Amino acid sequence: MYAKLRLYIVVILLLGLGIGLTLYKHFALGFPLSPDDKKSVWTIEARIDFVARGDPVIVSFALPPQTPDVVFMEEDFASSDYGFSELTSPSGRRAQWSKRVASGLQTAYYRLSMYETGQIAHPAMAADLPPEPEKPEFDEVLKTAATTLLDQVRSKSANTEIFTRELITTLNSKAPSQNLSLLINDQSSEDYKTHLIINLLALEGISARIVRGLYLEDGRRRQSLTNFVEVYIGNEWLLFNQNSGKSGKPKKFLVWQRGDQSLLDVVGGKNSQISFSIIRNVHSTRDLVVRDSMNKQAGIIDFSIYSLPIEQQNAFKMILLLPIGALIVVIMRLLIGLRTSGTFMPILIALALIQTTLLTGIIIFLTVVGTGLLIRSYLSRLNLLFVARISAVIIVVIAIMASISILSNKLGLDQAMTVTFFPMIILAWTIERMSVLWEEDGPREVFIQGGGSLLTAVIAYLFMTNRTIEYLTFNFPELMLVNLSLILILGQYTGYRLSELYRFHALERRNVAGKR
Amino acid sequence: MLLASAKKLRSFGIIGMNQRNFGLISRYNPRHLYPLVDDKLKTKLLAQEAGITVPKLLGTVQYQHDVKSLKEILHPYSQFVIKPVKGSGGKGILVITEHDHNLYFKPSGDAMQLADIERHVSNILSGLHSLGGKPDTVMIESLIQLDPVFSDYSYEGIPDIRIIVLRGYPIMSMLRLTTHASDGKANLHQGAVGVGIDIGTGRALHAVQYGESVTHHPDTRKTFSELTVPHWDKLLQLAAACYEMTGLGYLGADLVLDRDQGPMIIELNARPGLAIQVANRTGLAPRVAVIEAIKTIDPDPQSRAAFSKRQFAFDTDIHPPRLLRTRSDDR
Repeated sequence: MYAKLRLYIVVILLLGLGIGLTLYKHFALGFPLSPDDKKSVWTIEARIDFVARGDPVIVSFALPPQTPDVVFMEEDFASSDYGFSELTSPSGRRAQWSKRVASGLQTAYYRLSMYETGQIAHPAMAADLPPEPEKPEFDEVLKTAATTLLDQVRSKSANTEIFTRELITTLNSKAPSQNLSLLINDQSSEDYKTHLIINLLALEGISARIVRGLYLEDGRRRQSLTNFVEVYIGNEWLLFNQNSGKSGKPKKFLVWQRGDQSLLDVVGGKNSQISFSIIRNVHSTRDLVVRDSMNKQAGIIDFSIYSLPIEQQNAFKMILLLPIGALIVVIMRLLIGLRTSGTFMPILIALALIQTTLLTGIIIFLTVVGTGLLIRSYLSRLNLLFVARISAVIIVVIAIMASISILSNKLGLDQAMTVTFFPMIILAWTIERMSVLWEEDGPREVFIQGGGSLLTAVIAYLFMTNRTIEYLTFNFPELMLVNLSLILILGQYTGYRLSELYRFHALERRNVAGKR
Repeated sequence: MLLASAKKLRSFGIIGMNQRNFGLISRYNPRHLYPLVDDKLKTKLLAQEAGITVPKLLGTVQYQHDVKSLKEILHPYSQFVIKPVKGSGGKGILVITEHDHNLYFKPSGDAMQLADIERHVSNILSGLHSLGGKPDTVMIESLIQLDPVFSDYSYEGIPDIRIIVLRGYPIMSMLRLTTHASDGKANLHQGAVGVGIDIGTGRALHAVQYGESVTHHPDTRKTFSELTVPHWDKLLQLAAACYEMTGLGYLGADLVLDRDQGPMIIELNARPGLAIQVANRTGLAPRVAVIEAIKTIDPDPQSRAAFSKRQFAFDTDIHPPRLLRTRSDDR
């Protein structure tokens, strides 16, 4: 009983560790659980054009902030003959290009590859607290209009969030009232509108700031940034669309800049212009995550199979599938009660099948073993010592494999050339065992055990080539612990095997008859 | 119905392979004791020390170059059995019943050259029949003479009696009869007939071949209902004594009746199979439970055998064995 308890503790520990690590990788590091999980990688190019006046030139350009909901894969800065530096200040990162003398049309490029992680951005940090809103200065007429509008909106709202939404929708209404027309003015540019909203909110004592961002859409060129209003509500910043009043950050939207600093400053140039173009590429999420985790040096990834050279990684792809095969063998033998020749021979056949594909593999296997058995039956008449005979069988197997390869090549059947993936020694042993079995127990037993081995191998093959299983075993090697605990539990199974239900079925009949 | 329900099997007390491996073999048989029974020479020596009759050892061959001396070893004998010392499941056993000049005859009448026997011996030495393919030794034993009691019930071979012994108590037994299908071997999966034997009396209870009930020996057409194993008490006592001899808590003793020397042990098995339940139409589990309930094991094999006889006797009053019933009873 004590031993059993200990086993269950070990099993639970293994299960917990395996599942725990898997969940950690999924939720914390973002590893997808399905191999088909894809992510859009956006490549954004910002092109800055200006005409230099022949004086020293300094171009300062705001760069998007790195937040947890986006991952920047690559950033490139390009412009001919300019000195470049990246400056980080509390108000955000800026790129600075500079040159002593420049004249004529100048161009600078900034390129960013990024993807969205789908994680929710963390609430604002302490440094992100808003300053006390400055009371804006309106002239008398406007002030009256503003106060009236605010009174109107206030009466229709219950809290800051609703107030802001209501204010924005009112400002955007199709049929503006007189007050509104006055406020909106003729110069209803986006920037004016943004500042108007911020000012109105400030008048109400609500902190707000401008946010510029880019809608991510494939194949867009000459895009410009879209203005949003971010309002400080209940200890966090909430983003509002200034045209619709919708709150929250829209999907496929990259926040480029927060606050009132300029997006682009050009000293020593004129007619400066900025345009964005966007291209979308689809990448497998797993590749992106592995790359990102490697960059961040996450311990669990840094000390994992990913850190090995590609060749070794490929080897492990295969090796990590073996436990699945072992589990299948355990199930087949302990629960089903299938007889196989050699305990783990089916796994090795399954591995060979993976290389050769199923049908070709089975045909090759049957051909090699069948031919081998024929030749072996001749060898048994030659009166050979055992070791010499098994060695002879190995050579025969190699000869058969070579002939299959050559023959299929001549016939143009490329698939059959994969025969070399079958393990020769195992095939030789199989032939030897089967032949002895044939002599001692007759062909029936050979077919039972051979069939059992092949069936187990095919089932193991089907599991091992399943895309999801292949993906999970390689990318979540800790699932091996779950597999191990399953095998430990199966090792405790003392119930009947399926085959025994058949074996003892005659007993059931008699006991039923006896009760009559 | 092709499959039995697991629930019913459990209620009959049938033990499955997993249960046997886990609850009986790994529990009662310490691994270091296996060599005593896996090596038939060691078993033989142990049995002789314990005063138990075994077939006479005529010679052994241990090395490949000794195969040449086979002719001299075999020369004086016209009947003998060649066995791998570490063989399992009756594999590699060669029985020669007649020797005429250069020809050796198997029970089936097939003739063999000396060269054939030499090849067989060298195969055994290379480990073809041993567990795990390890190099093996060959032993040559005197042939057991068929007891006339079984002459109607066996075909070209010697029947043997398998008795399962748990903690020194015989709990179930079966007679394995050779048939034409089994090629003179007493192996059930090769087609030998298994006859469940009443522990109490030595009488046949029920017989199976290939897992199906039979009432007659397939070759001699003799009905099993009149079959009673003679020297039954002695056989039970010998089996019970194997516990002290080997220390194995769960073992299968294979015994034979020799016409001249009476009961003897030919082989012990630390992993006896489960077909015995089919032959007896009874599960092992209730009997295992009875033995496991015993607190102190009686040190005397004879009284243990007596205990088993009382405990596991087939109660004819309640369940008359089907074989003993006549057709008129069925009506």
